Amino acid sequence: MRVGDELPPLEIEITRTLIVAGAIASRDHQDVHHDHEAARQKGSPDVFMNILTTNGLVGRYVTDHFGPAAVLRGVAVRLGAPNHPGDTMVLTGRVEEVDGRTAVVRVTGDNGVGRHVTGTVKVTLPEGARP
Amino acid sequence: MDDDDLSVRLKAYEGRPAAVAGTGHDPVNLPMIRHWCEALGDTNPAYTGPGAVAPPAMLQVWTMGGLGGHTARTTAYDELLGLLDAAGCVAVVATDCEQEYLRPLRPGDEITFDTVIESVSARKTTRLGSGYFVTTRTDVRAGGELAGTHRFRILKYAPAARQRTAPRDRRPRPVVNRDNAGFWAGVERGELLIQRCAGCRTPRFPWLPGCPDCGGPDWDTVRASGEGTVHSYVVMHHPPFPAFTEADDTEGAEGAEDTEATAGPYAVGLIELAEGVRMVSNVIGVPYDKVRIGMPVRLEFRRYDDELVLPVFRGGTP
Repeated sequence: MRVGDELPPLEIEITRTLIVAGAIASRDHQDVHHDHEAARQKGSPDVFMNILTTNGLVGRYVTDHFGPAAVLRGVAVRLGAPNHPGDTMVLTGRVEEVDGRTAVVRVTGDNGVGRHVTGTVKVTLPEGARP
Repeated sequence: MDDDDLSVRLKAYEGRPAAVAGTGHDPVNLPMIRHWCEALGDTNPAYTGPGAVAPPAMLQVWTMGGLGGHTARTTAYDELLGLLDAAGCVAVVATDCEQEYLRPLRPGDEITFDTVIESVSARKTTRLGSGYFVTTRTDVRAGGELAGTHRFRILKYAPAARQRTAPRDRRPRPVVNRDNAGFWAGVERGELLIQRCAGCRTPRFPWLPGCPDCGGPDWDTVRASGEGTVHSYVVMHHPPFPAFTEADDTEGAEGAEDTEATAGPYAVGLIELAEGVRMVSNVIGVPYDKVRIGMPVRLEFRRYDDELVLPVFRGGTP
């Protein structure tokens, strides 16, 4: 694990099911995440993914790469272009800092509208992991 | 309340608690972990089996009110959101989430939390609409021990789509208050009422709480005869305001339905009423460029839409 290492991209299909299931699994019942008409009334063309799901996907992206023994220390995300049904989000990541076994990975997620998420993930690899 | 007043009132909530001694609706548990992993497609084996931990990114999930509602939310936070709602910022979207995980959460952990309002931004314009960013920080504890912190930023905004569908072509509504309610009540009955001082008998218009001549607070009203002359006038050419650019100079303008919207200029008259007071109103029945000082005009009440009737003055020879 070195500064500059790039994680392989992860494509995520943004289905209506993913948006709704993610919202309900995160106990977020804001209508804009499951109710098309309500979302339109509030100025959005369709329902959109909630921040907790994005947060979870960013965390998953990093642990998918570093393996189950990697421990997340922090996830910070900022949202931009919303994830609407029918879109695809591509997550990419790059190791920005390394301190011992702990790294900061910069993650971005782009969809058909633009940049959905930028963020950083702090992750610690277990003893004995390949450095 | 204008934007500046509102900003000051919103700022006063910074540093105040948003949730005090909150408790998670459920302890950390395997079914909720499994639902989360299924939804997100997360197959990490660390989240299953006897030694399972919760996905760290679920930190906020354990504090969510869900449909059961937030039990620990403070009146301060409710007030803050209420102020924003009242200002038209009825929609909400989350924009930032920063989490630090100090120790893993495991099934059985009882969650408690406290939230503080960190900051409220000035009014911002975004693609969704204009509104305010509200940032909170939550300390999440498991068994009383700090397990993580969670900073969260939302945008409370007035949806742009709603603004676009506002009735832009309608005349502004009159602001009716205690001082002028009697005038508008008269308009509703088809009467143009002039205030008259009960002390010195001086008529006055527009309506005021006291007599500008003698300072007397008491008054009665005089019903205007409707006769008047153009004391002065201006012609409004530009910019065109949709609400004010209908054709006022057409024949038989008894109601809005027989006029057609045009972008043409229109005359605004200062009308001297026979009773000796002056009022600003539209001059109708005369082309805008034929209005002249001294021209006799006569009051009529004109309906502009379902809710709005206004006194206007018709010029030209009867």
